[in-house]
Amino acid sequence: MSTLAHVFEAEGIATVALGSIRKQMESSAPPRGLWCDFPLGRPLGKPGDPEFQHRVLDVAFSLLDATEPILVEFDESIPDGGDTVLTCPLPPRNDPDAHPAIDEAHGLLPAYLRGVKMSDGRFGAGRIVMADDIPAAIEAFVRVSEGTPWAEAGIPGLPMRVSHDIRSYYETAALAMVDHAPPAWASTRWFLDQTETGKVMLAARQAMQDQDAPQPMWFYLTPGDR
Amino acid sequence: MIDTFDLMADADIKTLTEALPGESFEVTAFTTPPPLADATVAVVTTASLHHPEQDDFEVMDTGYRVLDDSRRDYVTGHWSPNFDGSGFAYDMNTVFPVDRLDELADRGVIGRVADQHLAYAGNQFSLSAIRVDSGPAGAKFLRDQGVDLVLLTPV
Repeated sequence: MSTLAHVFEAEGIATVALGSIRKQMESSAPPRGLWCDFPLGRPLGKPGDPEFQHRVLDVAFSLLDATEPILVEFDESIPDGGDTVLTCPLPPRNDPDAHPAIDEAHGLLPAYLRGVKMSDGRFGAGRIVMADDIPAAIEAFVRVSEGTPWAEAGIPGLPMRVSHDIRSYYETAALAMVDHAPPAWASTRWFLDQTETGKVMLAARQAMQDQDAPQPMWFYLTPGDR
Repeated sequence: MIDTFDLMADADIKTLTEALPGESFEVTAFTTPPPLADATVAVVTTASLHHPEQDDFEVMDTGYRVLDDSRRDYVTGHWSPNFDGSGFAYDMNTVFPVDRLDELADRGVIGRVADQHLAYAGNQFSLSAIRVDSGPAGAKFLRDQGVDLVLLTPV
């Protein structure tokens, strides 16, 4: 992002860059940078909090008073301790013959559809795998976790992108089942740590690594903290 | 070296990514904008946003998408798993604060909000194409729209 700041300034457009990673801001040195110690994915800090977002913008635009390159730290951090997990219900078993993850994914479809409406379609499945096909995509990763070579398991696209759709499906469903903005990463941790499909994805990731799959193929199945 | 399976939190993902090489610039260009109250302001985000009918961002896609300010149907196309998506899902202004800019324009703090904004894909393995091609092209596009000031937002 700082590259864009340098390029835009050189083309005659003033810039103010928000950034969440201090060392990147220091090393890339955008002409006017505001380092905000907020979780990745939340550069304005707090969803649903216009007052806080305006405070960030006020500080950002105040950097326009500088007469030379400047990097400033926002005066409030939003720390993530790595342990906040969304409290969110999961559907009861419906089809005892189905794999628990697949049964679970079917059961979450109504919540997912509500979540899509709530978020105006900004987030969710459908980049590679449409919502109706999510259970089949999960089934492919079940096969991987059970020992099928990953390239023969029927994963319907680039694994990291299919995985992204599965995670987004679950997190969108979770959004519909809670009535507040979840803390950063809380719905991801709910997905990975508390759902049957999360267990499948972590097991498939480990299996792909054990199968010597190319590193990007397994590494990007989940966030890098796993 | 970080053991990727021992990481625990957002801070650890930042540690994992903070050392990624970036472009270095011998000279830091520095443009003085008009007074904020007269400036036309656009958002340029690296969150890979696009309208539903536009092409999604492929991995290593160094192009940009034009986002109309008059619409609010922005979809995220970022392929990296290393950011929280729920904030944007709940409130797009967490990443793309066009509602906040509208409010600043209504209060006269900024001159006006640009009619169009831009989105690029962050998390690039190589930035040279953005530096020499799509970056300058995007800047020219905005300059032709009368944009004086850009707010850059990542994910």
